[in-house]
Amino acid sequence: MVTLRINGKAHIVNVPPDMPLLWALRDVIGLTGTKFGCGMALCGACTVHLDGQPIRSCVTPVGAVGSKNVTTIEGIGATPSGKKIQQAWLDLEVVQCGYCQSGQIMSAAALLASKAHPTDADIDAGMSGNICRCGTYPRIRAAIQHAARAASPAKTGG
Amino acid sequence: MDPVSRREFLIVGAAAGSGLLLGWHMADARPAAADFAPNAFIRIGTDGRITLIMNQVEMGQGTYTSMPMLLAEELEVGLEQVQLEHAPPDDKLYANPFLGDQETGASSSVRAFYEPLRRAGATARAMLVAAAAQSWHVDPASCRATKGVVLHGPTGRKLSYGALASKAALLPVPTQVPLKDPKDWTLIGTPAKRLDARDKVNGKAQYGIDVRLPGMKIATVAASPVLGGKVAGFDEDKALAIPGVRQVVRLDDVVAVVADHMWAAKQGLAALAVRWDDGPNATVSTADVVRGLDEASQQPGVVARSQGDAAGALAGAAQRIDQVYQVPFLAHATMEPMNCTVHVRKDSCEVWTGSQTLTRAQATAARVTGLPLEKVVVHNHLLGGGFGRRLEYDYVTQAVRVGQQVEGPVKVVWTREEDMQHDFNRPYYYDRVAAGLDASGRPVAWTHRLVGPAIVARFAPPAFKNGIDPDGVDGAVHLIYDIPAIQIEYVRHEEPVLNTGFWRGVGPTHNIFVMESFVDELAAAAKADPVEYRRALLGKAPRARAVLDLAAEAAGWGRPLRTGRGRGVALLYSQWGSYLAEVAEVEVSNAGEVRVHRVVCAVDCGTMINPDIVKAQIESGINFGVSAALWGEITLKNGRVEQSNFHNYRVLRMSEAPAIEVHLVRNNEAPGGIGEPGTAVTGPALANAVFAVTGKRLRALPLERQLRG
Repeated sequence: MVTLRINGKAHIVNVPPDMPLLWALRDVIGLTGTKFGCGMALCGACTVHLDGQPIRSCVTPVGAVGSKNVTTIEGIGATPSGKKIQQAWLDLEVVQCGYCQSGQIMSAAALLASKAHPTDADIDAGMSGNICRCGTYPRIRAAIQHAARAASPAKTGG
Repeated sequence: MDPVSRREFLIVGAAAGSGLLLGWHMADARPAAADFAPNAFIRIGTDGRITLIMNQVEMGQGTYTSMPMLLAEELEVGLEQVQLEHAPPDDKLYANPFLGDQETGASSSVRAFYEPLRRAGATARAMLVAAAAQSWHVDPASCRATKGVVLHGPTGRKLSYGALASKAALLPVPTQVPLKDPKDWTLIGTPAKRLDARDKVNGKAQYGIDVRLPGMKIATVAASPVLGGKVAGFDEDKALAIPGVRQVVRLDDVVAVVADHMWAAKQGLAALAVRWDDGPNATVSTADVVRGLDEASQQPGVVARSQGDAAGALAGAAQRIDQVYQVPFLAHATMEPMNCTVHVRKDSCEVWTGSQTLTRAQATAARVTGLPLEKVVVHNHLLGGGFGRRLEYDYVTQAVRVGQQVEGPVKVVWTREEDMQHDFNRPYYYDRVAAGLDASGRPVAWTHRLVGPAIVARFAPPAFKNGIDPDGVDGAVHLIYDIPAIQIEYVRHEEPVLNTGFWRGVGPTHNIFVMESFVDELAAAAKADPVEYRRALLGKAPRARAVLDLAAEAAGWGRPLRTGRGRGVALLYSQWGSYLAEVAEVEVSNAGEVRVHRVVCAVDCGTMINPDIVKAQIESGINFGVSAALWGEITLKNGRVEQSNFHNYRVLRMSEAPAIEVHLVRNNEAPGGIGEPGTAVTGPALANAVFAVTGKRLRALPLERQLRG
């Protein structure tokens, strides 16, 4: 038995400790917003936060989560940066097929939480682990900048 | 083709307790149409709920916004008032008139449903207005509809659509309802917000892979790594020893491990250590495929277009240039790996998946189970990428075969490796092109012999006519330049060592690369500027010339660039009916790495339903095309696909993505396709830019492998 704290709620699950968090979320707990894309930490579709830090849940064993708080796409809207990122995604019409966007939003929310005004280089560094086959990259970049402006409009006049 | 003339338009009926139900029926689909069911595109409940039923599937291209916009414009409802519902499989009711069955592909949704959906909305609105006029005993002409309400102007009375639905359903169907003049549109042509966006940013969107059912098991599969191979054996006990593994299903060419969750299934599959009998393709490599194509290319093909005396003009030309172009196999690599959930019972079968061809998914389940079609229910979902991959139904067939051996529902999920190695790949094509130039360098003859499999002959046999794959030659036969003598030949050559299928832009993505690279070669041979050279050949193609001029102007064509950078241009016209011109700006490192800095694309796709979605599709197509042109390649060794995941099938990432500028031409021409052209025009723009900066003419893709020799 493992206790996972996910989006502020405790979940007691009977899974082997080496099971990647992704499958515990999707197949055991039923939080399907976190996506399976590659299984090798290559595409970022499975990105969630552990105590606010973005991690690839497809290679993170449940046993390594411990007492850390897990935040998924279902819960990210409750954080200030997550809410701004979600709104920016809507304002700039980022999504297409949408499958990778849970992971994109989780990476972007973590980036914005750590850097209020990320540069292009910060965005490259923070977002290049997330693949989008629809190629929404230009809008993701613009949306992160849009969210940053929304975060403190006085600074940039934006 | 006139998609509407084939239909006996708009059947109407009162759905039990649900108000007005509108639809149409294909007149030629059921000769004895005694028991036709209405094809409901619009359902208006007595509770006022307006539901639009989406026959074209949503895979990112925006149909779940553009289709409702067409309906809502004429129905006079706001997009925010409507709810969307996935249509069930039914070719008789939902066939795409461009493609013949219920199919989402070929960049055809808007083109095919531009008129029918507006007419469906207009007819419904006319009946609601008539119902209101009857209630008030007034002339319908004194009433008007807006935002889901009918108003009587002189008295200010109103009735909502919900209140009118049941009455409207009993009225005769008007036959002549005029459509709005485009100048009166309030929705079409606006950048209306996507209706599928909200659930895609909060984790609620449901893709096939997200299906959860009571008692559902999860399975993962290994199909023979060599096409035509069979299962030879495995260590079943080792798999069953993994906690959570419930069952191993053995089919002749596939093994499935059924478990409580994907983790157990994956571990179980690894523990099985499946042994394969590889069969006749055990030793095949890519080089064998290319050899076969080269041999086939030595023979003349079926003539797909002929104009003037190409052979004579070539022989008499001042200069003759002959080249061979090649494009590799490609995987789709949709972000959502293939998956399908099934529940096979004795007397019925239920399927949950994301498919571009729902009726084919239903039919294959019926074939495998032996059940009648009506006993197979298919629930469609959002697609986590299609790109042509989900036009195939192999993953449905396989899931049903597995599901027949499993008690209760089972979700079959492919790993990324399984997905990449069991794709229906974009074919390897091998092309011979030749041109004759006169003394001034202007082309007097153009011949193009393209060699590859006929996907259409397998996928839609009736469309394969006179030995020509209309999709394979798409773009090639549309050569738009003013050249007096043209011959386009098609050589069908099947290489049954790898499944091949449609891949974003199919024919043009291959042909436009060949044609626009070759035109660039001719410009270089004529010592002419690539834009000016093309321009001089577009005297009879004003729309093409206009996008070329627009792209060149916006890109600053001819203006100096930083050292080490070059620009390439490409032009596209094909059966999609859209004109695109693109200028790409690249830099090439000494190590042969290509950095795409900027892409400028001018687009004339005629009438636009939603210009922001058009723009998004072009951005998407360009980035998809960059991945393919720089790195995309599936290769075979010992009959096996060598690539397995994103580390060795490289795709574009944020740090590599170019700045993209899309310039849209506004006019009232017929709508053109927009999902695929951005991809097709990008490969040659990049190859031509690499030539501009390195002087190397790359006649095969992917570019980086060519640059590294």
